Amino acid sequence: MSAVAAEAVPAGRSLWADARRRLARNRAAIASLWVLGALAVLALVGPSLSPWSYDALDWDHVGVGPTFANSHWLGTDPLGRDLYVRALHGVRVSLAIGLLATLVSLAIGVTWGAAAGYAGGRVDAVMMRTVDVLYSLPYIFFVILLTVVFDRHPATVFVAIGAVGWLTMARVVRGQAQSLRHREFVEAAVAAGVPPARIVWRHVVPNLAGPVIVYATLMVPQMILVESFLSFLGLGIQEPLASLGNLMAEGAAEMENAPWLLLVPGTCLVAIVLALNFLGDGLRDALDPREG
Amino acid sequence: MLQYALRRLFGAVPTLFLIVTLAFVLVRLAPGGPFDEEQALAPEVKANLERAYGLDRPLHEQYANYLGALLRGDLGPSMRLRDFTVNELIATGLPVSLALGGMAILLAVGLGVPLGALAALRQNSAVDHAVMGVAVLGIAVPVYVVAPLLALVFGIHLGWLPVGGWSGDARELLLPTIALALPTLAYVARLMRGSVLEVLRLPHVRTARAKGLSPAAVLWRHALPPAFLPVLSYLGPATAAVLTGSLVVETIFGLPGMGRYLVQGALNRDYTLVLGKVIVYATLILSLNLAVDLLYGVLDPRVRQRGRS
Repeated sequence: MSAVAAEAVPAGRSLWADARRRLARNRAAIASLWVLGALAVLALVGPSLSPWSYDALDWDHVGVGPTFANSHWLGTDPLGRDLYVRALHGVRVSLAIGLLATLVSLAIGVTWGAAAGYAGGRVDAVMMRTVDVLYSLPYIFFVILLTVVFDRHPATVFVAIGAVGWLTMARVVRGQAQSLRHREFVEAAVAAGVPPARIVWRHVVPNLAGPVIVYATLMVPQMILVESFLSFLGLGIQEPLASLGNLMAEGAAEMENAPWLLLVPGTCLVAIVLALNFLGDGLRDALDPREG
Repeated sequence: MLQYALRRLFGAVPTLFLIVTLAFVLVRLAPGGPFDEEQALAPEVKANLERAYGLDRPLHEQYANYLGALLRGDLGPSMRLRDFTVNELIATGLPVSLALGGMAILLAVGLGVPLGALAALRQNSAVDHAVMGVAVLGIAVPVYVVAPLLALVFGIHLGWLPVGGWSGDARELLLPTIALALPTLAYVARLMRGSVLEVLRLPHVRTARAKGLSPAAVLWRHALPPAFLPVLSYLGPATAAVLTGSLVVETIFGLPGMGRYLVQGALNRDYTLVLGKVIVYATLILSLNLAVDLLYGVLDPRVRQRGRS
């Protein structure tokens, strides 16, 4: 078994080195990486540069526009809360929720898909038929119900959307796992008497990494959009906590007098979603040279 | 073909049943009930109300009663909007939502397909880059940013179109329709572009060219129809996306559609209202998926064959 593992390593390494080279040549993807990195750093350290906290009310500056005249660089909302700090908090929440929700769907989707694809036969048929049925549900309405069931607790938002987002991942992984099932190194592991669960985790799942990484990258922006949609409807992150979704909901309501309240969080959201999409496309081209 | 259609139709029944059951269970799992108001009701009053709405019975009995009424097309009385039945509330909201959603899908397909095809035929030209640039933006900019911006620019600054409110004037649906259609339009254009590019490389197109058909004939008879199939199969998810978006668009423009009271109803534990609306939304999505599948069977010879065997 260790011989099998040792053989797999050099092949894998050269694939990754290849992919990294191809990715480095993709200017949109690299630019997106920089944008995401900059936003993440800004979201982490940016709020501490401002004297204001995300829920502090400044009654002397209520609803003022972006300016350098006072310490509210991007203006304030109708309650006098600093938009710069709140928007960066929103970016933090959106990125965190996007990542966590993706991790949840990754965990469920990869396990489900790999098990179904590796098992094959009737087990596979039943498991994937379940996915088909769940796929046809109007899932956003179930997410709405789920957030209500858990009483709008912030943690449940990402569990809810992540729990629904695993379906696509399960399909992708299952297709790949199916084709891995009869490869020599898997058959060698079977012959060596390795139990099925261990084969799936040690030999099938690591070989799925490419497509899984690509789809996970493309799933993060979707999760961010779902969270902001829920927050926009008032079902996601609750005041005074800020997320890009509830900031935009507030901004949409104040748009006539204070358009910056919509434009600032809107621009952040669009930048994040665009960058993640470019990065995902770039990763797909890098990891799967057939397309591209 | 008929057999295939019937099989698909019966296949949708268990899915719908599952949706109803799941929604019923989820709504009931939520803490609190429809009669927990800010000012707590006297326990006797609350008990009486619960008895009147049948909430004092065991849950499985309530479920059976609900299913029975549902089969007769009765979604029950709303538990919070006390003077209305859920059927009445849906009957007033559904036409607005259907008009909005239908027009948005028509716009998205009617404009997205030609734009995508044009971009593919002029690949790497300025037209292509422009269309794809807008398409990428359209996917990344969510409805709740586009809708207020459109309202601000066309409704308030330019004053061309009415913003918000509803008096039955069709022009009031124009801005909401555009806002709702944009993300789907962007996706359709991208899908169509990719699909046309792929079909143009297929052997049957080369054959058609080789036998001397005019470029226009090759395009219209042999390339565009198969290239349209992925767009057709996207119409199912597109319906779901448009209905989801209409929740937001209806809120922003103050339209009295299906989305109205849904979120509020969910927060207030208006069991019957939320269940009724989720069931209607689900039925809409399922039936459009079904229609798309059947149409696919008619248009795609490969599926037609399989359906027959």
